Amino acid sequence: MLGKDRAAFASAWNAQAAREIAEDLKNLEGPLLPILHAFNERFGHIGNEAIVLVADVLNLTRAEVQGVVGFYHDFRREPAGRHVIKVCRAEACQSMGSEALAARLERALGIAFGDTTSDRRVTLEEVYCLGNCALSPAVMVDGELYGRADEAKVLALVGARP
Amino acid sequence: MTTRIFVPCDAAALSMGAEGVAAAVASEIASRKLDAVLVRNGSRGLMWLEPLLEVETAQGRIGYGPLQATNVKSIFDGGLGGPHPLNLGPVEAIPYLAKQQRLTFARCGITDPLSLEEYEAYGGLKGLSRALDMAQADIVKEVTDSGLRGRGGAGFPTGIKWKTVLQTESPQKYIVCNADEGDSGTFSDRMIMEGDPFALIEGMAIAGVAVGATKGYVYIRSEYPHAFRQMNRAILIAREKNLLGATVLGSNRIFDMEARLGAGAYICGEETSLLESLEGRRGQIRFKPPLPAIAGLFGKPTVVNNLISLATVPAILAEGAAHYKDFGMGRSRGTMPIQLAGNIKRGGLIERAFGLNLREIVEEFGGGTYSGRPVRAVQVGGPLGAYWPVSLFDVPFDYEAFAERGGMVGHGGVVVFDDTVDLAKQARFAFHFCAIESCGKCTPCRIGSIRGAETVDKIMRGERVVENIDLVRDLCETLRDGSLCALGGLTPMPVMSALQHFPEDFDRSPARAAAAE
Repeated sequence: MLGKDRAAFASAWNAQAAREIAEDLKNLEGPLLPILHAFNERFGHIGNEAIVLVADVLNLTRAEVQGVVGFYHDFRREPAGRHVIKVCRAEACQSMGSEALAARLERALGIAFGDTTSDRRVTLEEVYCLGNCALSPAVMVDGELYGRADEAKVLALVGARP
Repeated sequence: MTTRIFVPCDAAALSMGAEGVAAAVASEIASRKLDAVLVRNGSRGLMWLEPLLEVETAQGRIGYGPLQATNVKSIFDGGLGGPHPLNLGPVEAIPYLAKQQRLTFARCGITDPLSLEEYEAYGGLKGLSRALDMAQADIVKEVTDSGLRGRGGAGFPTGIKWKTVLQTESPQKYIVCNADEGDSGTFSDRMIMEGDPFALIEGMAIAGVAVGATKGYVYIRSEYPHAFRQMNRAILIAREKNLLGATVLGSNRIFDMEARLGAGAYICGEETSLLESLEGRRGQIRFKPPLPAIAGLFGKPTVVNNLISLATVPAILAEGAAHYKDFGMGRSRGTMPIQLAGNIKRGGLIERAFGLNLREIVEEFGGGTYSGRPVRAVQVGGPLGAYWPVSLFDVPFDYEAFAERGGMVGHGGVVVFDDTVDLAKQARFAFHFCAIESCGKCTPCRIGSIRGAETVDKIMRGERVVENIDLVRDLCETLRDGSLCALGGLTPMPVMSALQHFPEDFDRSPARAAAAE
């Protein structure tokens, strides 16, 4: 979610590196979320092998870890596209036409929210508030925040045509 | 003398191109070999003017905005502080800012957020220094006497929470800052973290000293990457300079803290759910009692306060409870950072004593809608707050005055809608949002939210409208009375207020529904 959990930054699964990350963080109080965030960022998603590994390092059951991964919107079970567009669809942005923007982006990219284009270029996601509510509509592209966003601006950022 | 030029590093300013403006300023300074330095300040909260560049002059700080990188050269050509089409004059004379009473946001936008020296020069650390010389019970009493109430939304007196934690014996206690600012229309927590992070650190240290907690966590939502990075930088500096650590400001008191990242769950703004999340579990709410003040994080006595409450504590300790309490009205004491957002010409942060009414906020400060169309509704207090018509604009910003009319102040967000808004759609969204964000623990919230959205869909299609409106009312009662926490318990507020104040939007004859397709 810090913007690096996308294919352009992610590296392939590496069990040894993953174990080092987990061992490094496991002595924090409440280490699970920090470890999952680190995996999400490093590997772009949290696959089954990651869940097994974390469960082992923290002495939890796989079900417990999977339950946590599944609860939070940020943790990806599948890798994202090379770019991630997050469109704010909360009230302040609604008042400035975010729903129309959302529909135009879906049409232009040919995908629905939650999906990735077939060429793996773009993942389109919804988010409920980016804290930029005086400059709505707000959109986050690859971790960078944009205010007064429109379709052309957003598509240009990911190299897609309207 | 070196001229200081300010370009905010606040995420809202960045979202409008502040990084490009800052780069252009740096390159002008270099190429003209000027005796000038670029400072990345926080935001003043005049969001419609972002990016707002300021130049320190003998006449005060002169502002230019809203800027694009391409405007920068001409500002330097005209002489810094000189005439320019985007010259706003002295920033502090801009009425939007001049009319405010800034206590919590006293430094935000003025100082370099990561300069502890400047923080101190502008009144920082006075509160903590004073607290370190006081008995614990006296610090708690000072906060209680100030009348400070939780700024997260519930409005519970901060001092009472602290007192409970102080009186609960335990070898380990915690201070937890709730910076899971998920309400649409709010951004004050974010502004403090990015623009004056030491205020939060000082507030948490005071809380730690007051109740005997040696460890603190600030739980920051992941939608705020800039704030998370800035808090981490500020914590490192605070440790280096002994504001945090084993000898807080050279005393024998211990306090340290960490920033933790949420993972995209609105429910984690609920205090027990936040604690679950910090402990590494699903963000499902806990039954109360026991209160977190008695058995909170890892089962230990824990102060859980909203960020604005904690960031206000240094000012209270520095100037005394009476000074803070002098602001405000009724039982709402002190100031409230109001965040004006949505379809508004001049959106931003307005810190004022309680008592300002919505007309003053939306019309005088805000200048009406951004679209230029008439204002039709405002939603105050986030997604669980009430939708109000213009006829309620004389209600003063005050916890009790809002509650009397079926609304809430919440975290101080005011979202403005013009006359194109469809309140049936907004009511549907309230249920939909509750469904997405429900933790699933209690049935009214988990299932009622989905049934609510479906029923509003039927109303919008013109199906048995009268019966279905009755059904929605009934469902709202169940949610309100039967939910475990505020998410399910308050989802009825936007729905019922929309029904009450905007009944015409729910009057969908089949013909009208078809025409709207």
